[in-house]
Amino acid sequence: MSKISVKVDGVTYEDEVEPRTLLVHYLREQLGKTGTVVGCDTSNCGACTVHLDGRSVKSCNVLAVQADGHEVTTIEGLAGADGALTPVQEAFRDCHALQCGYCTPGMIMQATDLLAENPDPTEEDVRLGMEGNLCRCTGYHNIVKAVLQAAGARAGEHA
Amino acid sequence: MIPAQFDYVAPATVEEALALLAEHGDEAKVMAGGQSLLPVLRMRLNAPGVVVDISRIEELRSITDDGDAIRIGAGATYQDVLDSDLVREHLTLLHQAVAEVADPQIRHRGTVCGALAHADPAGDVGAPALALDAQMVIRGSEGERTVPGSEFFVDLFETAVGEGELLTAVVIPKHTGWGSHYEKFVRVSHQWAIVGVAVTVRVEGGTIAEAKVGLTNMGSTPLRAPAVEAALVGQPASEEAIGAICAQVGEGTDPPSDLNGQADYRRHVAGVLTRRAVLAAAGA
Repeated sequence: MSKISVKVDGVTYEDEVEPRTLLVHYLREQLGKTGTVVGCDTSNCGACTVHLDGRSVKSCNVLAVQADGHEVTTIEGLAGADGALTPVQEAFRDCHALQCGYCTPGMIMQATDLLAENPDPTEEDVRLGMEGNLCRCTGYHNIVKAVLQAAGARAGEHA
Repeated sequence: MIPAQFDYVAPATVEEALALLAEHGDEAKVMAGGQSLLPVLRMRLNAPGVVVDISRIEELRSITDDGDAIRIGAGATYQDVLDSDLVREHLTLLHQAVAEVADPQIRHRGTVCGALAHADPAGDVGAPALALDAQMVIRGSEGERTVPGSEFFVDLFETAVGEGELLTAVVIPKHTGWGSHYEKFVRVSHQWAIVGVAVTVRVEGGTIAEAKVGLTNMGSTPLRAPAVEAALVGQPASEEAIGAICAQVGEGTDPPSDLNGQADYRRHVAGVLTRRAVLAAAGA
């Protein structure tokens, strides 16, 4: 067992994990943060996307021990303490950017990373920037629309 | 899918890492970003006794200007490379190819040196590294040696890095002002190349003065195409002049046959991609 200290959604956890424990399993099974889901289990689909030190990663392709001393943000840590949704979350709701909803946590985490890097993306930027996230309902059109709307909303915030 | 059990160590220095590799021999596996290794472990295609995580070795993280060359440390991620003005300016071909690797999440964790050491011939960094005359810096208990790309790639998933050794950096000569293009042919955007072609050219007055061509997934290792490179020199950068030359790029290669295409199809596609890449690189 290895001892790790990880800050997840603003709270620091000290835990013992097996070195082979994947970050996604640590989040879900040890911390109970089931908002992050396992989709394909092959690092293709992006459903398990979280932020590690502010950048998106596929948490099924990171070991919990690799997160030792680092900071993780999951879909559960995005909204404000008062429950206020982020512009990306709002836009996904407004644009009906989900059908079954399984890919949504990963989509929102990746879209949040994308907009942090490129606040004013073109549609092509969004499609390329979301290339690592798959939607088996193939609801991409509304997802792209939501990300673009969120970008507009963010632009509005700064205006 | 859960990997088999292993011990995990995260050394703070290269010396510590080498001591661990010497101690554990073929039971040890080096991990940098882990983006190729973890899928292998999860699918239990490999079950090392010890994983040596080199990502916490601070001295390996850097990308530095070595004068005539750029040095990319083994801990530098694809994203570090994309964010590097040095790479963008002096190794444009590598910058373009790295932008095509997998997807953003993978690029945030995976490393260029890790991909070189993994030596998947369908990976996107081998061909540009070869084309740019990269030198691989390998350290072991005996000291440091430098291996040219042409001798580094031995076979499928096999390189010149021996047991107990560590690829610590790749040093790539500057190609400042060269035109370049990486043409990747894929079915799904974040997947491995079915075929990829990396081209960098130096154009003088509309004529190709020097050309370097690397091929992705056209054999058991990344390949150079020296005959095409030689034939391109002196040609005007036009489709009429270079089309027939580029079509020959697959001659003598032995690419894989799989669900994405047979070997003869790949040889044909390589010719088409080379023409596109040369024209794009030459700014035609």
